[in-house]
Amino acid sequence: MAPGRLDHFIYVLRSNPVTLLAFGMLFFILGCAVFGPALVPYDPLATNASNALQAPSWQHWFGTDNLGRDVFSRVIVATRLDLTISVAAVAMSFVVGSVLGGIAGYWGGWIDNVLNRVLDTIMAFPLFVLAMGIVAALGNTIENIIYATAIINMPFYARLVRAEVNIRRNAGFAQAAKLAGNSDLRVLAVHIFPNALPPMMVQVSLNLGWAILNAAGLSFIGLGVRPPTPEWGIMVAEGANFIVSGEWWLAVFPGLWLMMAVFTFNLLGDGLRDIVDPRKRT
Amino acid sequence: MLSGYPRLRAILLRIAQAVPVVFGVVVISFLLTRALPGDPAVYFAGVMADEQSIEQTRIALGLDKPLPQQFAIYVGNLLQGDLGQSVSSGRAVATDLANRLPASLELTLTALLLAVLVAVPLGVWAATRPGTWVDHLCRIVVTAGVSLPTFFTGILLIYIFYYILGVAPSPLGRLDFIYFEPDHVTGFYLIDAALAGDWETWRGAVKQLMLPSITLALFTLAPVARMTRAAMLSALSADFIRTARAAGLSGRKVLFGYALRNALLPVVTTLGMVFSFALGANVLVEKVFAWPGIGSYAVEALVVSDYAAVQGFVLAMALLFVTLNLVIDLLYTVIDPRIGFVSQ
Repeated sequence: MAPGRLDHFIYVLRSNPVTLLAFGMLFFILGCAVFGPALVPYDPLATNASNALQAPSWQHWFGTDNLGRDVFSRVIVATRLDLTISVAAVAMSFVVGSVLGGIAGYWGGWIDNVLNRVLDTIMAFPLFVLAMGIVAALGNTIENIIYATAIINMPFYARLVRAEVNIRRNAGFAQAAKLAGNSDLRVLAVHIFPNALPPMMVQVSLNLGWAILNAAGLSFIGLGVRPPTPEWGIMVAEGANFIVSGEWWLAVFPGLWLMMAVFTFNLLGDGLRDIVDPRKRT
Repeated sequence: MLSGYPRLRAILLRIAQAVPVVFGVVVISFLLTRALPGDPAVYFAGVMADEQSIEQTRIALGLDKPLPQQFAIYVGNLLQGDLGQSVSSGRAVATDLANRLPASLELTLTALLLAVLVAVPLGVWAATRPGTWVDHLCRIVVTAGVSLPTFFTGILLIYIFYYILGVAPSPLGRLDFIYFEPDHVTGFYLIDAALAGDWETWRGAVKQLMLPSITLALFTLAPVARMTRAAMLSALSADFIRTARAAGLSGRKVLFGYALRNALLPVVTTLGMVFSFALGANVLVEKVFAWPGIGSYAVEALVVSDYAAVQGFVLAMALLFVTLNLVIDLLYTVIDPRIGFVSQ
């Protein structure tokens, strides 16, 4: 990062405390994902029937569920799984979207037309519904949740990269690189593509939040992650059965945690947008 | 051809653009039904099927024929409105979906209406005071709204308004059992009850509809409010607004008569995308509130591995969404006098 960029970064963070807060929350969540399983006070899978449905207390911060498992431990441990699913999905759509978008944007022609038709078709589905259909068709496993989330996120990256590459393919610096003897592939990958990275980072951050919501939503309706694995969507689904009898902590804490994670990525995406392109703030 | 009728030409062009998308949607949903690991006939015949009924299903679905021919059969069935047979309900999937669609549409449309009624004023308010606490508050509320998992908001609302305050009815379906269903005219309970003049039932239906539609509205609020704010900001900085102000028009007239009317066009476009979100989130909201729409139908079908029902649902949702986008775009062509006169 060039010093000018760093100064700008610090300047933006100072003028926008919300983004600073988002960075703080991001580090907290990453900490939970990395160290959480080693630090939690109870085994997230250990049942204890004599201690079931206890309200939050000093022993059990978030209470215990219907099998006497510690809700706090389960919520923290679930962070790793939820983040893994969304990061894997977003990484996959980032790579595939970049390659497809880059090729279509640089060479154009029929490849471009075909890609655009395919992307239009994917976007023609309500995306969560398409994810449901894909998981139902491919089989009900965590890997397929990741593939489905990657497929529904891919069009955003492909379109973004295609547009960014397309406007630069005949730019002076690209032609100079070409004349200096670089191959098309090298010009595309090394000279043009890096220009698309800043807006892509914004997209990644926003998409991570969305991917978490999607994965949790899918497991809420019984796809992907199976109980007793701790996962936020499943925990909310299981807790929903107890909400009408007043045991609110079963569903509320995993739900709040999930919301906090998504909120963090959304705030971060907005903040990154301010840093990358101050004009685009909406 | 048609050069004398630029608007008609634009409309026809837009309809023509929808054709490849519909074709693509059908191809994807065909692939989804055939992508099942193992033998699709086993899945479509259901859990209880024996050798013979699996073989029957195979022939009925044309699974013994080559893939292109299977696709032709699939498209042929679709054109006759045949989405296959639901194993769990024993009826045709298309019938089931048609029966339950009004419930989903009533919920989604009410939620969208609520969202627009709140989001547009919020966006206008924030745009007229950029950089102030109102603006920041709007931004945080909006970001929080889109970060809320709909299923969690729904459960939270049930806990607060049903369990603690006791003002909401039990979250089970469209109408409490003490009321009779209104006569079926449109399938929308609010409209049917109003048509029958049965205001008791109408109130009952509104009470049931309240929490799920607020849940869904909270989620769809964000993009509409954001787009309104952005569109208002750019409209307010336009030359014609400066001219209107210089001509001495009242602030009210400038804001609502000129700026908002121009800002609404991009907002209408955003509604298409918002509808996609809403249709997806609808599935979750319907499950939470036991709402008898097509979303909860699909979830129930997923649980018992009723694949024809699930894939029929996916296809129906996609076609609904494509149609809706088409309608929005056509509406846009009608609203905006500039479209159709510029060369495309």
